Amino acid sequence: MSVPISWYLLLSAVLFAIGAIGALTRRNGISIFLSVELMLNAANLTLVAYARQWGQHTGQIIVFFVMAVAAAEAAVGLALFIAVFRQRRTIDVNRMNLLQG
Amino acid sequence: METLIFFLFAALALGSGITVVVHRSPIYATLSLVLTLFSMAVLFVLLGAPFVGALQILVYAGAIVVLFLFVIMLLNVQQEESAPARRSAQLVTAILGAIVFLGMFWLAFWRTGLRVGAAPAPPKLTEELVSLKGLAGALFTDYLLPFEIVGLLLLVAVIGATVAARRPGSESSRPEDDYVSGDEPRTDPLLSGPDPRRPSVAEPAYKEAHS
Repeated sequence: MSVPISWYLLLSAVLFAIGAIGALTRRNGISIFLSVELMLNAANLTLVAYARQWGQHTGQIIVFFVMAVAAAEAAVGLALFIAVFRQRRTIDVNRMNLLQG
Repeated sequence: METLIFFLFAALALGSGITVVVHRSPIYATLSLVLTLFSMAVLFVLLGAPFVGALQILVYAGAIVVLFLFVIMLLNVQQEESAPARRSAQLVTAILGAIVFLGMFWLAFWRTGLRVGAAPAPPKLTEELVSLKGLAGALFTDYLLPFEIVGLLLLVAVIGATVAARRPGSESSRPEDDYVSGDEPRTDPLLSGPDPRRPSVAEPAYKEAHS
């Protein structure tokens, strides 16, 4: 017996919400990044589930692109955290308040 | 059997996903993210996308998470640092935001007709759908331009990460030039003459010739 596609969609929605809560509540910059990665993965699960439902390749191909963008985002973001840590000795996002004065 | 595997790995993904968000130590959060990614890869294989699952393990769990671990160990971040001011208000706001997200998802899924229990059955998995051949055919014909653009994006990201993570002021790769780092702008030594702070080998001969 096969698992209905809607269960996959439900799982991905719950995972996305968990990631959103993490991205909004954590203060450590790296933990925020981890939550964003979780959200990206939940979106990937939705794309693959819809690709299975409609019997097309497009969803899987978009997942490739999302993975490439996630890799680029992680590289640039972590480099920025290293730069910020050199300046301020912390990656606590509450203390990155240069622009608010 | 498929249902059993689905529930096992869905529960694993949910539990480790919650651990990613809740755990205070970044190292443990990253390691449970690895567990989440592995169980999501199993779900991808269940959905008839084995190549995406393999890519998930290779790229996400293999490359991105290692980058995260490397940066965590490099920066030696231990715990959340700032005092929990307005903690409960922030949590309530985040949970409200998550509920909004869930509502949006639910509406979108409802619109596509995939309700729980009333979804039309997906088509049977064919060789063309699962195999790498069909996927590569679509990727390199219909989606060739986005593919090239993603390659360009990765190149730009590599350059940007290198520039952003460089130590400020160290523009040359030679370590003996690092003492020049600081406030003053660096000038080209070929154009501006000898640096007064650096002993030059050619200097005595130059002085003899001009005194």
